[in-house]
Parts: sequence; structure tokens; C-alpha cells
Amino acid sequence: MKAPLSWITQYVPVDLPPQEVAHRLTMAGNEVDDITVTGDWDRERVVVGRVLEVKRHPNADRLTIPTVELGDGKTAAVVCGAPNVAAGQKVAFAHEGARLFSARSGRVEALRPANIRGVVSSGMVCSEIELGLGDDHGGILVLDDDAPVGTPLADYLGDAVLDMNVTPNRPDCLSIMGIAREVAALTGREAVEPDSSYLESEVPIEDVVDIEVVDTDLCRRYTASLVTGVSIGPSPKWLQDALIKADQRPINNVVDVTNYVMLEYGQPLHAFDFDKVKDAKIVVRRARAGERLLTLDGEDRALVPPMLTIADSSDAIGLAGVIGGAETQMTEATTAVLLESANFDAVNTRRTGAALRLSTGASYRFERGLRAELAPLALRRATKLILEVAGGQAAKGIVDVYPGEEEPPAITLTRERIRKVLGIDPDVSETAGALKSLGFAVVEPVGGAVAVKVPYWRTDVAIEDDLVEELARIRGYDSIPTTAITTAIPHHSPQPMLDMKDRMRDVLAAAGMCEMISYSLTSPGELDGAAALGNGPEPLMIANPMSGEQSCLRTSLRAGVLSCLASNLRVSRNEGVRTFEIGRVYIPRGKSAEYGLPEEREMLVGVMAGPREPVSWGTRSGDMDFYDAKGVLESALAQIRLEAAFEKDTDPSLHPGRTARVSSGSVALGVVGEVHPSVLERFGIEDAAVALFEIDVESLLESSQEAGGYSPPNRYPQSSRDLALTLPASVPSAAVQALLERHKLIARSIPFDVYSGAELPPGKKSISYRVVFQSEKGTLTAEQINNAQRDLLRRLRQELGAELRGADS
Amino acid sequence: MADRPTVGVVEAVATKALEELDAVGDAEALERWRVSYLGRRGELTAILRGIGTLPPEARRQVGAAANAAKARVDEAMAARKREFSREVTPALLAEDSIDVTLPGRPVPTGRLHPTTQTVREICRIFASMGFDAVEGPEVEWDRYNFEMLNIPKHHPARDMFNTFWVDYPDRNGEQSVLLRTHTSPMQARIMEDTRPPVRVVVPGKCYRYEATDATHEWQLTQVEGLAVDDGITFADLKGTLYEFARQIFGEERRVRFRCDYFPFVEPGVDVAIDCFSCGGAGCRTCGRTGWIEIMGAGMVHPNVLKGVGYDPAVYTGFAFGMGVERIAMLKHGIEDIRHFYANDLRFLKQF
Ligand SMILES: [Zn+2]
Repeated sequence: MKAPLSWITQYVPVDLPPQEVAHRLTMAGNEVDDITVTGDWDRERVVVGRVLEVKRHPNADRLTIPTVELGDGKTAAVVCGAPNVAAGQKVAFAHEGARLFSARSGRVEALRPANIRGVVSSGMVCSEIELGLGDDHGGILVLDDDAPVGTPLADYLGDAVLDMNVTPNRPDCLSIMGIAREVAALTGREAVEPDSSYLESEVPIEDVVDIEVVDTDLCRRYTASLVTGVSIGPSPKWLQDALIKADQRPINNVVDVTNYVMLEYGQPLHAFDFDKVKDAKIVVRRARAGERLLTLDGEDRALVPPMLTIADSSDAIGLAGVIGGAETQMTEATTAVLLESANFDAVNTRRTGAALRLSTGASYRFERGLRAELAPLALRRATKLILEVAGGQAAKGIVDVYPGEEEPPAITLTRERIRKVLGIDPDVSETAGALKSLGFAVVEPVGGAVAVKVPYWRTDVAIEDDLVEELARIRGYDSIPTTAITTAIPHHSPQPMLDMKDRMRDVLAAAGMCEMISYSLTSPGELDGAAALGNGPEPLMIANPMSGEQSCLRTSLRAGVLSCLASNLRVSRNEGVRTFEIGRVYIPRGKSAEYGLPEEREMLVGVMAGPREPVSWGTRSGDMDFYDAKGVLESALAQIRLEAAFEKDTDPSLHPGRTARVSSGSVALGVVGEVHPSVLERFGIEDAAVALFEIDVESLLESSQEAGGYSPPNRYPQSSRDLALTLPASVPSAAVQALLERHKLIARSIPFDVYSGAELPPGKKSISYRVVFQSEKGTLTAEQINNAQRDLLRRLRQELGAELRGADS
Repeated sequence: MADRPTVGVVEAVATKALEELDAVGDAEALERWRVSYLGRRGELTAILRGIGTLPPEARRQVGAAANAAKARVDEAMAARKREFSREVTPALLAEDSIDVTLPGRPVPTGRLHPTTQTVREICRIFASMGFDAVEGPEVEWDRYNFEMLNIPKHHPARDMFNTFWVDYPDRNGEQSVLLRTHTSPMQARIMEDTRPPVRVVVPGKCYRYEATDATHEWQLTQVEGLAVDDGITFADLKGTLYEFARQIFGEERRVRFRCDYFPFVEPGVDVAIDCFSCGGAGCRTCGRTGWIEIMGAGMVHPNVLKGVGYDPAVYTGFAFGMGVERIAMLKHGIEDIRHFYANDLRFLKQF
């Protein structure tokens, strides 16, 4: 809402600078986004003058030398090039030194004296261009006759337009009057309503116009006036100027008045060409199925019930509260105007606008809710202005169809409530005063309570706490103290999932991985690219996606993480990329909302690719692979005291030979593996192995162990033996370790060398284990260890077909 | 083994050892000396070993003398050793010097996303004031996202929340499932599930059907807050959020509370801090106002309390909600919100 200060001051005197007005409005809830100051001219140097006489320039035919009266008996004669300068005009006069826009340089410059064809001129009669008011080259700006000579032009023509960000609860502030009332309350002034008095003719309106409201549920009040003998034409300058400043395009005098009064009062109005209204009858009714209407914007629209129409005896001629029809609009031939000011239902107006994808100044206001009292006030005001700017005679009286008159709501505000909500205790007279200043009628300030009637323009005030806010914002939020909560702190309720996610984030970051967050919306194509579709649940689709790339809710994090990896690999060739995301996937529980909201499953996906270590003088390790991902995962799981088992498995996204299912006891945790080459290709990743792990965070909660008891460190020494084993390629190392560690004298076993050289027999592999012997009962002797080792080698041979490498052992 | 040790032999060997020790000139000679007396075949070692073969009486006497002698010799050796190490170290170690300017062996460094870090900081500050963190669903019913928050169907305030609808119609064929536009639905969910007192913060993702630019993302993270009890006032709201703003942005910040409208609070508040870029004079960062909005807040609307079965005559409370990325942008001077989900490690590794 653009609110020119010059317009506001018609209803309330303002003696504060625009910035201060804007500040007070903003603090009180009507945010001023911006102030556009027009006519910020030097008050000393740019003033209103009157042309006394115009002489010809002695040396140039097209130049003149007007003498300008400047007040206090002062005059000035300057050279002027404008064709329209004439004696008697009121003009804008600039003295030497005034800062004006120069069309020649395209900049604002200080006006300097000049010798123009032999005549020295120190000053200037200004055109719109120099004043920054427009680009009219035609000649000097001629002011209205009432312009006071000698007054700074800034006082006469200057203005500040407040660009207001009006919140949806305040339709009253979608009007200059409403803003003026706010300004009045915030500056201790009183706002006055505009003049709505006019002379009526002898003909009663009821004799000429027949109005029937059929659907009173959607139209609570319908008022109308009739003006005959109007002549349609352009509006006077004051009216056009006011509309332009408020961002409204002038159209013709009658339409401009309806727009002006809508901006002034916040009540939308509509003018019908009365001669085109068949049978002089207006019917307010729901649209009929199949009905169509050519609207003012040139669209032929299909109407459907329950859209509300304004119809004549046969057809719809307007869409109530939204837009008028083309057939009955003002034309140059119009002579009789039927003016409508009605109250239409907010929800129905909003639904109609939404269905037609049409938002107008009228629908915007109606859908925010207006009170019926407003309709006749705006009607009379607009009728008066039409008579003023378009001539004609008004019929006697107005039509007012108002079957269910509303009482203004009455609310009582108690001192206790103020104390309870705000934590302050102002006395009753202060509370009453604040509410009065806003136009609330204070019925009876008795005891600790103030009873008020809500003024018709405040549709947002319905309950006691609304009055609490009114009091707080008029006093100013700054006047309320700042205190700490004194009530008891509630019992802490544990949040294991939040804690687990935070823990995994910390552990993974400590393991060198960077956290990323990707979009929850993706496309079926992208999910498919990560082979997460087809194998998983159907994703939930978005009904109104912004683009095809964000058309469904993800059912897997893999796609997002892989595309992040791909883009980072492109820019970081010398460094490995390790990244992870913890986030939700959305799994529908059925085909429709009747099955409830989807399951939001917390998942963890990590990926890594590229050199294990950055290029460095001290290291020469290779690229990351399956075992890097597994290592990070093992270490992360160890942090939550979770011993995981890894078993060879397959997964559609992953390399069939390099994938392991991860589980803990009977709980499946997830998967780790290298990404399938065809998936890498879909993500544009070339010449890089990508290792990935994916864990269901919920499963970690099920299987992780909180720190329990402890066992004292074993105080007897360890001894180690290295066993180089040759074993069938099909035997997993985990089986060897499991066998070794079952032995009661073995603390642990560590595979420390894996060999698969040419001299091995086919189908065999070789792994060396460091086996750590230790007993809790005492120091082991060489003999005990030898016995144990012999026993182990026998079992390895029998159970797994493993032999000590080198024949002689 | 040589002669059976006697106290005399012990003393003689010890004296000889100490004399020779005095004569030792460098660390190498010291090592040779140590081997000859204290090594496995050293003289003193031999004596100590031989003590076990003595008759009990002699064993006690000689043992005591030998242990005393050993202690004397050990101490003297340690003293000489310290002497040599002081003298010798610089020269020896100079040969072992390295180029300390070469980079250390690389250890991969991970990071937490700036959004995560900011969420944690926000939650930590509120935890210190008794607020527990909880989470809720991102795919939400219209009922929780709007209706229970005093925003009925067709309410114009719905324009404030451009919504992604999920194509998941209900029995009547109407869309009733959406991506939550704010974390506020958790206000209703939490209050439905608990009796007062309530004091929680809710971090989580939200979604807005909005074109993306430097200050708008269609996916964002919010932290919601809610405190409800018998005896919580607007003054408490101011005190709590004032404390938060100064903890997260610095003690020197000024905090402004102004009236604003959100359908689920009354009175409503907009909380802003003075612009640290211009100090309040007005600049591009603050849109020439001198103030930077950091969150919306207000006293929980009586209709919201009624909707969850709380008696608004007894219980009052305040709620607030802030955009996490916005807070992070202000803290770190990030000019474009689109960095947050672009996942460029060159961005992420700076936090
Ligand atoms: Zn600033």
C-alpha cells in the first residue's frame, strides 16, 4: 500500500518528519518498507513565484525574460526558453545555487548564473525536468492559482510516499483513512473523516432502480446510488496525482473516483453504466452453471457456483467483489452511473479469485474481511466526488439492502488480563486512553476493567487479548520490561534420536568427513539414477512442484550425496572427497492420505572417493576404496559401542563383488560398498572408485549399547605370534578371525598382510595374522603358547582348509 | 663365578667404579663403563648375583652393603649421564635436524555443516534457559500447519506461507498433506501431547513454494520455541529473546521488539538487532533501516491454546521462530543463502 503523506494529512495533521511517522507506524505493527520523498528541494532556493510580466529577449527570438514576484517585495528577471510562460502564472522559481537536475549533463547540479545571448540570468523558472517531477519538455511547470507566493516549493508540492507492508489482519490499513487513524493514535491527534455531503435531486432512487439480493449469505449488505447526466472524461489533476502517487493508473473521472474512494476508505466500489443494466434491475445471486462473463480485463470467463455475480434482469454483469463486466463499464457515451458499495463474503471472494487466478484491489480487500458499516460511508463519499468531477445529479437517497444488521462487538479488558499477558499493570485511565485514541468507544471504565465497542474499521479485534495487543503497541513494546521466566523448568525428556544424530555427526566429522545437506525434493529420474527407485518404495509426488527436478520427496539420500560428490570431484582433483549427510527419507504408508503421513526415516549416507591423502611429501597412498568406507563406519560404530558384522551381499546401486551388508546381532544396520560403475556413469563420475555406506539411524538406536560396566585391564603380559596362512579364496577372513578368537588364550587377531601373488596355487589366497596371546590367570609360558598354536593350526586346517605358508611349518 | 663376595670386595669394587666413573670423558666411555660394572656381565652385577649363594648371616651383611653400593653407583652414573646429555645433546641433535616448515602428515579434517553448527548454538543457548530440543514431521497435515495455528482454510494469512502440497489426497479428494512451511505445527503437537509446563525448541527443515534468490531458499531450517505455563508473560518473552540475541550476536548488540502479525500469536512481535554493518545508520545489509530482523515471536494465541485443550485463562505462553540459515548468514557475513544447499566443499570447509 502506497500512502502519500500529503493524502494522510487531509485527515490528520502531521507535524513530524516522514521518517519519524514511518518509525512510529513500523514499531506499532504497520511496517513502512520504504519512503519515497518527492520534491526534496532546497527550501531557501526553490520557491513559489508569480510571473509579473514577460519581455522579449533582445538577441533571441525564442527566448523571453519574465519578471517573477517572489514575495516580500522581491522580484527577479531571468532568461527563459519555454514557450508557455505568461504573465499571471504561478511558477516554481529557483535561485542561484539551487540543486536541480540538468537535462544537459544528466546529473543534479547547483544552478549557476549564466550569460545567455548577452543577458545575465541568475535563477530559473523551472520545468518538471529540473524539479525531477517528470520528463515534460514542453515548457515550465505552471502551478495552481492558489499556490502561495514566496513559499518554499517543497512545502507546496513536496511529498513523501510511505510504502506500507500491510499485514493480512489489517484491511483498514489498506486505506489512507486507516493509516491516518493509526498516525493520529501514535501522535496524539485526532483523525477526521472526509466530507460526504452532496445535494440530491427530487427523484427517489427506489423509483428508478430495483435491487434484489438473492444470496444474502454471500452479500450481507448492498448499497447503491445513482448519478445521471454525468460526462465521462479525464479526471482533474489533483485526482490523477493522488492516484499516481498511490500507484494506481488514472482511467476516467468516474472510475478514478471509485478507485480513489477505495484507497481512501478501504471499501471497493463499482460503477455500472446504468443504461446498459437491463430493466434497471440488479440481482445479486450465485452464478448459474454454464454462465459466462466478459470481464473488464477482456477475458471471457466461465463462472461456476458458488461464485457470486451481480446480474441484471437476465445476465451476469459483474463478478461480485472481484471484477466488473465489460458490457456495463464506463464509456465516453455513459451518462448515468449506478454506483455500488457492498459487503461481500470474504471466503467466497477468496475462492472465486483463486479459481479464476485473479487478484484485484477489490478482491484483496474483501477477502481480508470488511464490516458492513463501511459500505454506505464510502458510497456517499464517492457519489459526492462523482458529482464534483463528472457533473450530473444524484437521485434522492441510496438503496441499502441490509437484512441482518450487525452490532459492533463489545469486549471488556481487565487489569488482571493485562498483568497476566504483558507483565505490566497500567492504570485504567491509561488503558482507556490508549483504546480511545484508536477509535474504540469506551463504554464504562469501571473498577479494574475497560469495556469497549470495536470501531467498524477494526475487523481484526475480536477478543480481550486483541485489546491487550492494542494497548501494548500504542504504549510501545519498549515500555514493557524484560524479565527472565520464573516458572519451574519442566522435566527433561530424553531425545535419543536427536542425540544419536548429533553423535554420528561428530564422529564422522572427526573421521575426516564433511557434512552436507541436500534438498528433500528430487525427481524420480534422479532417484532412479542412484538405482534407488524400482527397488524401493514409490516416492510421494508434489502436487504443485516448482520444477521437474524437484517433483517428489526423496526415498533415498544416495542421489543427493552422489551428485554432491560428483560436483566436488570435478573441482578437487588433488584431494579426496569425503562427505556425509544425515537426513530423512519419506516413505509413504499407502496410496492416499487415509494411510496417514509418510514414515520419515532418518538415514545416514557417507561417500568417499579420490586420493586417500592429499598429495604430500610424506605419504604415497592410493585412492580410497571399500575398506576406507568400512574403516570409517567401523570406527563410528565403535564409538557407540556397537560391534557390527559385515557379510558379503548385493545392492542394486553397488558393485556386486564389493558390497557388504552391515548388521549387529539380529538388527540390520545398512550397507557398505563401492558404487556400481553404471550408477557412477549416471552421475558423471569417471575414473574414480566411490565407496559408500548407508545406515538406518533408527537401527543404531535399537542396537547401540550405552556404556555399561568395565573390566579391569589384564595385568599379565601379551605375546604375539605371526601366522602366514594360505587358504581357499572363498573363505572370508572373518571366519579365520572368528576361529582364532574363540580360543581362550587369544585376546585378538589382526590380519596384517594380504597376499595374492602369482606363486599361490589357483583358488588360494594368503593372509598373515598377528595373533595376540594372553591369559587372565598368569603369564603364558612358551610351551603354553606353542600348544595353543598347534591346536589352532589343526583346527584351521580341518575347518577352513587353511595351511601355514611355507611347507615345513 | 669369581670369589665369594665380602663386604670388603663390595666396597673395593664400588670405589674403583666410582673412580673410573670420574675419569669417563664422554657418553661412549660412560656406556663402556656401565657395561663393565652394571651390564649383564659387569663386576657389580656379578657380586649382586653371588649374594644368593652366601650363608644367611653373610647374605644379610653383604646384601645390605651391596645394595647401598649399587645405589651410590647408580646415582653417580645418573649424575654423569645428565652432565653428558647437557653437553652432548646440541651437537648430536643438530645432525638430526629437520625442515620444520614442511607440512605435517595430512590428517583428513571433517566439518559440520554451518546450518548444523548454528542449530546447535541456538539450541545450546536455549538449553541453558531450560528449553529441551524436540523434532517433528516435515510432511504435515494442513490441520497442524495451519488450522490449529488459527489459520483456517481460505484465511488470507495463508498468503504468508506459500505451500508445497503433497499429491496425497484424502477421502474427499482434497489435498490435506503438505510440506510444513514452518516448524510451528510442533507447537500444537507438543501441547496436545503434554500438560504444562512446556518449554521446548524445535529445530527442523521447512519448505516454501518460493522463487530462489540471494535471501530466499525454498528449503530452509527453522528453530521454533515455545514456553507455556501459568505465569509466563510478554515481559518474559522479551527477556528470553533479548538474552538469546545477545548471546548469539554479541553483548554489544541492541535488540528491538516491534509489533508484527502472525495469526497464531497475540500480541505479535518482530525481533531485530541493530545492524552490525552500519551500526544503525542504514545500509544495504539492513535495507536502510538500521535494523536486521532475526525472528518472529509473540504470546501464544488463546485460540491455539484452546485448540489443544489448554485453558487460556490459566495458561499463557510465548512462541518464536527463526530461520537458521539467516542467523548463520548474519553471523558469518554470508551474502547468498543458496550456498547452504549447493554443497560445495570449498564453502562448507570454511566453518
Ligand atoms: Zn545497516
